[in-house]
Amino acid sequence: MSLRGLPPADIFDKALGGERRALGRLITFVERDAAEAETVAELAHERAGNAHVIGITGAPGSGKSTLTGQLVKLLGEAGKRAAVLAVDPSSPLTGGAILGDRVRMEDVASPDTFIRSMATRGHQGGLSLAVPGVVRLLDATGYDPIVIETVGVGQVEVDIAGTADTTVVVATPGMGDSVQANKAGLLELADLFVVNKADRPGAKDVRRDLDLMLDLSHVSGQDQRTGMRPEIIMTTALSGEGAPEMWDAIERHRTAITANGQLEARRVNRDIDEVRNRLMADLESRVDLMLAGQSLAGVAEVLDAVAARSLSPTAAATQLAARIKDL
Amino acid sequence: MSDASTSDPQIRVVLAKLGFDGHDRGIKIVARILRDAGMEVIFLGLRQSYKNVVNAVEQEDADAVGLSMHNASHMTLAPKMVDALAEAGLEVPVIVGGIVPDEDIDPLMKTGVAAILGPGASAEEVAQTVRDAVAAVRGSSPQA
Ligand SMILES: Nc1nc2c(ncn2[C@@H]2O[C@H](COP(=O)(O)OP(=O)(O)OP(=O)(O)O)[C@@H](O)[C@H]2O)c(=O)[nH]1
Ligand SMILES: [Mg+2]
Repeated sequence: MSLRGLPPADIFDKALGGERRALGRLITFVERDAAEAETVAELAHERAGNAHVIGITGAPGSGKSTLTGQLVKLLGEAGKRAAVLAVDPSSPLTGGAILGDRVRMEDVASPDTFIRSMATRGHQGGLSLAVPGVVRLLDATGYDPIVIETVGVGQVEVDIAGTADTTVVVATPGMGDSVQANKAGLLELADLFVVNKADRPGAKDVRRDLDLMLDLSHVSGQDQRTGMRPEIIMTTALSGEGAPEMWDAIERHRTAITANGQLEARRVNRDIDEVRNRLMADLESRVDLMLAGQSLAGVAEVLDAVAARSLSPTAAATQLAARIKDL
Repeated sequence: MSDASTSDPQIRVVLAKLGFDGHDRGIKIVARILRDAGMEVIFLGLRQSYKNVVNAVEQEDADAVGLSMHNASHMTLAPKMVDALAEAGLEVPVIVGGIVPDEDIDPLMKTGVAAILGPGASAEEVAQTVRDAVAAVRGSSPQA
């Protein structure tokens, strides 16, 4: 029985009933921001809000997928229905992508695990809209926990992992010092550090660096965001060593933020962020239309004045901003 | 939300090699070709089972399956893959790439394989074959 031509609400019912093909199709709607996506979001939102969302981020090749595979293996053994959303970059040149995270997980994952690969598809704004939409769907259809893997380069990818209930930052030996990770903004984001590839020389040094860095942020008061010092866990994802400890630490974090009210606060913020991102995307396309001279009169004159150097870009923006409400 | 190469919905292809044959050069080249043609490749790589491929097609909502074959097992593995997908209710074309002797082409196509690509196929042929196979399924009327 084909799904084509079925109304989204019917496909949603099938997904609720556990049909994975139906869930796969709904994710495609959300990912494409297709006409069906709004219905899907509506149906999903009222049922969502139960799953623990875990972000896993870190440098390319640090072992995020292998680690995620070990994690969902454990979860499967514990009888949980876990889902993974693995985000990889699209080629900016062709829009294509090779999505290779799944292959590192599926051999170990229990058959109940749902794994979806997602490409960034060029438009970063689109990604920050699509990911929460997909997470909501997985949540609404009973997956818990939900693991989002994103590579820790690029602001949007980092932000996405940062909106999780629990954000795990993966570090490894031999990948530059923690100053570099700091630059990427990864360190402030972490609720939990994992030093993966602990089988390699230098893993203890990474741990010591991280510890030192955490001492410093305590001294400077930078850890006030969470009020908790992130734990550091050593893992060897290839063998699975350390994965149970990692899961325990994730659960401890969840318990702590549930008790201190941060979980609720993060979720409220996440929803507000989503509304905000939608509004920004909408506004951006309106501004683009305006600047292309396709919506308001007199815009070309303002831009010409900037080109002729009789009006500064700042002044031009002030003039046009006053008319944004007319867009 | 338009993409670089086409305004059609992005094509997603699951690429896998079934069984125990351990050469992955061919499948890696095909992955690059399809990516460079603007497609999203869910790369499963070597030693995959039918079940893995079916799972991936379901969860990834893939539009096509590409099987790389470099030993004589194509006559058994490919038709079984076609059957496994049909059994799961998945309408996706299976495209076989690799060395298929001339005399096997007709019998293989009769088992429901959508297309066969020999080792001499150009990058453009590979990409176009996938596009055509996907368009044929997308264009067909929904089956009951
Ligand atoms: N020695 C060692 N190698 C590991 C370990 N974990 C992962 N690897 C290897 O590191 C490589 C990258 O692993 P992945 O799990 O794909 O890493 P990733 O962070 O998901 O990579 P991207 O998604 O490409 O950024 C693979 O070759 C793994 O086998 C480990 O604990 N020890
Ligand atoms: Mg990965």
